[in-house]
Amino acid sequence: MEALKTGKWLALAVIGLFVLLLAACGSDDTSSSDNGSDQVGGTVSILISGSQRASASVEAVAEGVKEKYNIDTEIEVRPEGAEGDNVVKTRLATGEMTDIMSYNSGALFKALNPSQHFADLSDEPYMDTIQEEFKVAVSDGDGIYGVPGGSTSSGGILYNKAVYEELGLEVPQTWEEFLDNNDKIKAEGKVPVVAAYQETWTSQVILLGDYYNLHAAEPDFGEKYTANEMKYSSTPAALRGLEKIAELHEHGHYNDAASSTSYTNGLEMLATGEAVHFPVITDALAEIESNHPDQVDDIGFFAIPNDDPEIHGMTIWLPGGFYVNKDAQDLDAAKRWVEYATSPEGIEKQMEAIKPNGPYMVEGVELPDDTYEAVLDMNEYVEAGNVTSALEFSSPLKGPNLEQITVELGLGMVDPAEAAEKYDRDVERQALQLDLEGW
Amino acid sequence: MKVNKVYSYWLIVPAGLIYVLLFLYPTAVSFFFSFTRWTLTEWEWIGFDNFKMFFEEPSLMIGFKNTLIFAVLTAGLKVIIGVFLAVILISKIKTKRFIRSTVFFPVLVSTIAVGITFQMLMHPSNGLINRTLELIGITGPDWLGNPNLAIYSIALVDVWKGVGIATVILIAGMMSIPKDYYEAHQIDGGTSVNAFWHITLPLSKPAINAVILLALIGGLRTFDLVWAMTGGGPGFSSDLIASIIYKQYQAGFYGLSTAGNVLLFILVACIVYPIFKFLTRKEVDL
Repeated sequence: MEALKTGKWLALAVIGLFVLLLAACGSDDTSSSDNGSDQVGGTVSILISGSQRASASVEAVAEGVKEKYNIDTEIEVRPEGAEGDNVVKTRLATGEMTDIMSYNSGALFKALNPSQHFADLSDEPYMDTIQEEFKVAVSDGDGIYGVPGGSTSSGGILYNKAVYEELGLEVPQTWEEFLDNNDKIKAEGKVPVVAAYQETWTSQVILLGDYYNLHAAEPDFGEKYTANEMKYSSTPAALRGLEKIAELHEHGHYNDAASSTSYTNGLEMLATGEAVHFPVITDALAEIESNHPDQVDDIGFFAIPNDDPEIHGMTIWLPGGFYVNKDAQDLDAAKRWVEYATSPEGIEKQMEAIKPNGPYMVEGVELPDDTYEAVLDMNEYVEAGNVTSALEFSSPLKGPNLEQITVELGLGMVDPAEAAEKYDRDVERQALQLDLEGW
Repeated sequence: MKVNKVYSYWLIVPAGLIYVLLFLYPTAVSFFFSFTRWTLTEWEWIGFDNFKMFFEEPSLMIGFKNTLIFAVLTAGLKVIIGVFLAVILISKIKTKRFIRSTVFFPVLVSTIAVGITFQMLMHPSNGLINRTLELIGITGPDWLGNPNLAIYSIALVDVWKGVGIATVILIAGMMSIPKDYYEAHQIDGGTSVNAFWHITLPLSKPAINAVILLALIGGLRTFDLVWAMTGGGPGFSSDLIASIIYKQYQAGFYGLSTAGNVLLFILVACIVYPIFKFLTRKEVDL
């Protein structure tokens, strides 16, 4: 009997021991990186998002780097959007990140705890050629961790210039004029504004693109909002963006069956003139070109109109960045790779592969001749100096449920005040989870 | 010294290790992390804050309501339709085998594929379902785009996909009922309707219970179908607990989403355990 008991406990003890051993194995990971030789060559791995543009552009850089430095590039593809964020976060947490990572700049990047994972590039000579606005979006404390991974883009309204001409419409100077144009378009039996809520992210563009107008009224909104001193529900200029989404619903300016309309459907409606406006990120231009090459030059751009005719400005999205993993296998090769990617030579290569969606954040780059009409429209805002980078670049707070809330708003399920309150709570939840000061 | 054991306790080591490592350890750890603010690399103890956040937030709480509706509705329909199909399929009809296979086929298809397919079929203007309804003069609803309807549309698809399993379990249960009962019934001059209510139904209780429990547990933790069809939308109208947990995880709220998982675990346990007790109490020995 005694022997039996001992055997039982011994067996359990062995199980426990194994558990402890395995747990211990998982936590300790000291990888030694062997660099130090200045020899050109080697291999660099890079993790990019699965969009066509991202891979075309990275492949162009890879080709140039191979020619110039004989460095091979291994491209790994991750999903886009939130699922891609999961991949990035998980790989960083487990120490499995590639040598170079292509990822958003701004708040999303800062949430990754950059100084812990990435090499500081602030002393590199090429940093002087990169615009301050971008550097701020990829810095953490004193370090600057990234170089631009493409052109800027904007969130605003893409519109069909051919239909505008046909109906004798003028580009609206105020929100009121925009609504008037929509009424005229509707009277002609066309869809004034595309709502493509099957891809929920499209529903938030009016609000996000309205940030220039918000910023014009409340220049320190980003700061105060992050510090819990200003909220959407209690700041009229912020609430205005939500009201604009709701007003289009109230006036019946959106298409029917919005929840079943996909982004691709929406772009098709816009390109074919079935619909006339689509509030969207200008990255859409490339997709319009690939699906409707003959119509892409019918598409123009204007920013989300203000109520005040004196204020016209565009909210821009900074490009994502290339970031070098601190523990890269070959740190030197990885650094050369990003240096090339941000050189005028490297950017020219990228522009050959994909047309820019807006101006570059690097000095000495000129847009090529075959640039999209809409990008030329955007350039007018840039030349007039009327641009602000979107809120997500100056604040780490962007409630994860915003796109669901703006869908509810666009479908008329809630009113703007309710939506603002919901979003404020969503943001609060995020602030608490991020453990920000003041919340 | 008397040796009264047949096998050494050492034999439980392999299975025990697997059980502890893959089941007990993660469960215990997730209970712990649900009380923390967790970034996967660092954590900070914050007590019940995550749970409070879950209960205070309407867009999180809607998941509980929807999950209960979804689980009860799908489990109920699967039992009712399953019993109906099983009775037909144990009778002496010619195409029995063929119909049995077709009923079971949807079970074999990937849930994501089913979701995407039905998303297309249920498209309000181009979908096959509404096109067909149009032919007989009915304007079909926006199945997935109408916030009041979306969760029910998904439930119907889930029933279509899951009823095959229910039917197979019920067929097995009904086939194991001894023929003597039916013979005795026939001798007494009972109708076949009577036979169903007084013999088939009570004696297939164990099978029905198994179906109810499986369907209920499956319904409570459904995720993939909703994710493929609506992503929880429009807005939050078809969010289930599992899709909400997933969204919290996507947002990087690891502690909060773990708390959601713990709540889901407790909910499933609280619902299924009493039902299990209640149902098995009434089982009849054959």
